[in-house]
Amino acid sequence: MAVKKLKRGVALVGAGMTSFGTFPGLNTRDLFVQAFQEMRASVDKGFDPKDIEALVIGNYSSTMFEGQNFMGPYVADAVGLTPIPASRVECACASSGLALRQAIMTIGSGLADVVLVGGLEKESDLPIARVTDVLATASDSVYENPAGFTFPGLYALLATAYMHRYGATPETFMKIAIKNHENGVLNPKAQFGARIADIMASKQKSAAKRGKPVPQWDSELDFLKDDQANPAIAWPMRLFDCSPVSDGAVALLLVAEEIASSFTDKPLHIIGYGQGSDVPTYERESLTSIKAARVAAEQAYATAGVKPQDIKVCEVHDCFTIAELIAIEDLGFFKPGEGHKAIAEGLTSRLGPRPINSSGGLKSKGHPVGATGAGQVVEVFKQMRGEAGPRQVPGDLNLGLTHNLGGSGMAAIVHIFERRQ
Amino acid sequence: MSELPFNSASYYHYLSEHKLMGCRNRTSGKFYLPPRPICTTSYSNDMDWEQVSGKGEIIAFTVITVAPTHMIEAGYSRDNPYCAAIVRLQEGPAISAQILGIDLSMPEEAIKIGTPVQATFIERGEGPAKRTYLAFEVV
Repeated sequence: MAVKKLKRGVALVGAGMTSFGTFPGLNTRDLFVQAFQEMRASVDKGFDPKDIEALVIGNYSSTMFEGQNFMGPYVADAVGLTPIPASRVECACASSGLALRQAIMTIGSGLADVVLVGGLEKESDLPIARVTDVLATASDSVYENPAGFTFPGLYALLATAYMHRYGATPETFMKIAIKNHENGVLNPKAQFGARIADIMASKQKSAAKRGKPVPQWDSELDFLKDDQANPAIAWPMRLFDCSPVSDGAVALLLVAEEIASSFTDKPLHIIGYGQGSDVPTYERESLTSIKAARVAAEQAYATAGVKPQDIKVCEVHDCFTIAELIAIEDLGFFKPGEGHKAIAEGLTSRLGPRPINSSGGLKSKGHPVGATGAGQVVEVFKQMRGEAGPRQVPGDLNLGLTHNLGGSGMAAIVHIFERRQ
Repeated sequence: MSELPFNSASYYHYLSEHKLMGCRNRTSGKFYLPPRPICTTSYSNDMDWEQVSGKGEIIAFTVITVAPTHMIEAGYSRDNPYCAAIVRLQEGPAISAQILGIDLSMPEEAIKIGTPVQATFIERGEGPAKRTYLAFEVV
């Protein structure tokens, strides 16, 4: 089938985000204003916000997290953009990946030249048990939830299926967590910007201070295998396999390619775009791969006219460590069943041949679900423009990719970005 | 007796009678469990109910220690975790369910993918809140 493409090109010219973390007293509108201001500052040649012709935000559930539905116009008002069209899209954890896609289509169709994309979520006002229940409204309430599944539980299914088929062990997952925490140390926006070793040291210090026996571990892996220090949440997914409960907001500025040079000399052209959907876990033919992601990746590579090996920098949706393992196979970086070996060999570290999640990923940077997909784009924007500071991935990063999943992988959105000078 | 509609309410109604029921499309021959009102291959709604044997095998599983609210209310906790799994039925389809009757202290030893299981039924709640849940036991 012929590849269907946009009628005209779209470029990313600005990107900003709040830190991800927990921010008592700030609501999503407050957070979005911060992200918007940072995005404005990132546009090299400046711009007038009154030139923005449409707003698309991704937001999973301010409805349940904050008791505020209908966020589109509220967010537009917060940054002084009414009366432009203001839309909210929801696709679970891929909500702002979808917002980006809708904004691309708005420009690609000719309906607007300048579109603001937002991603936002405020989770931490609710107690943790309620947060878990709100997140669980994205899994199948008719057939999965009655069996007792939680999101860690659904990804744990993929983990046991993968371990059985390919011989990976829980150690594989722990190595992903160690790597992402190492990257997150270098990201000032990360919620848990600490090495596992730093977390071990602080636990030892706090035990000593309280006059308790000081726990001893031989290594980071030894710590992660300790049932006390790293308890199971949904075996084989333990605490340090799970992304945290987070608040955060992101703002991206997209423009029609032909006007990009009036915003910056370093635009990122959005050359690849794909979106897929899938059935709930129990209906899938395979549990060792996420079909929606394979479909989205195929479309993205086809529209971009590039191959997996051409991609230089990549953010994947590691809501749980197993999801990163499956992502690097679904994106074609490694063959099915080979990803766990690549992780064991350190190939996906920031300075390795296939750097994955230089930001620290959802695991270390944080996962405010509706902000996550757009947050991945902020990292690619900084990396590809050489603005990532101490965590800069080396080399000429002319092609970058983001991989954003919704729910248990029932939705996936992939984008490919190109820097031409 | 008039036939129950091919939907989730009927599926749960049959579960309350301790029957695990799917439906087969007469046009395509495809078997659906859970049931569907239309065949997603032929798009015909010409369905018949079929009871399955309840025999199957575990194709993926987890042991959940941090439980959602409704499982905490059913008595589960970090100290009393439960196994949730996907079971592939002998008749073809797979379904999510709790697995009963295994020692969960060492999940990697106690549970294996491919383990044969048999359907059973759990009653939870009182009065109007009473509901039947599908589960499986290791055979």
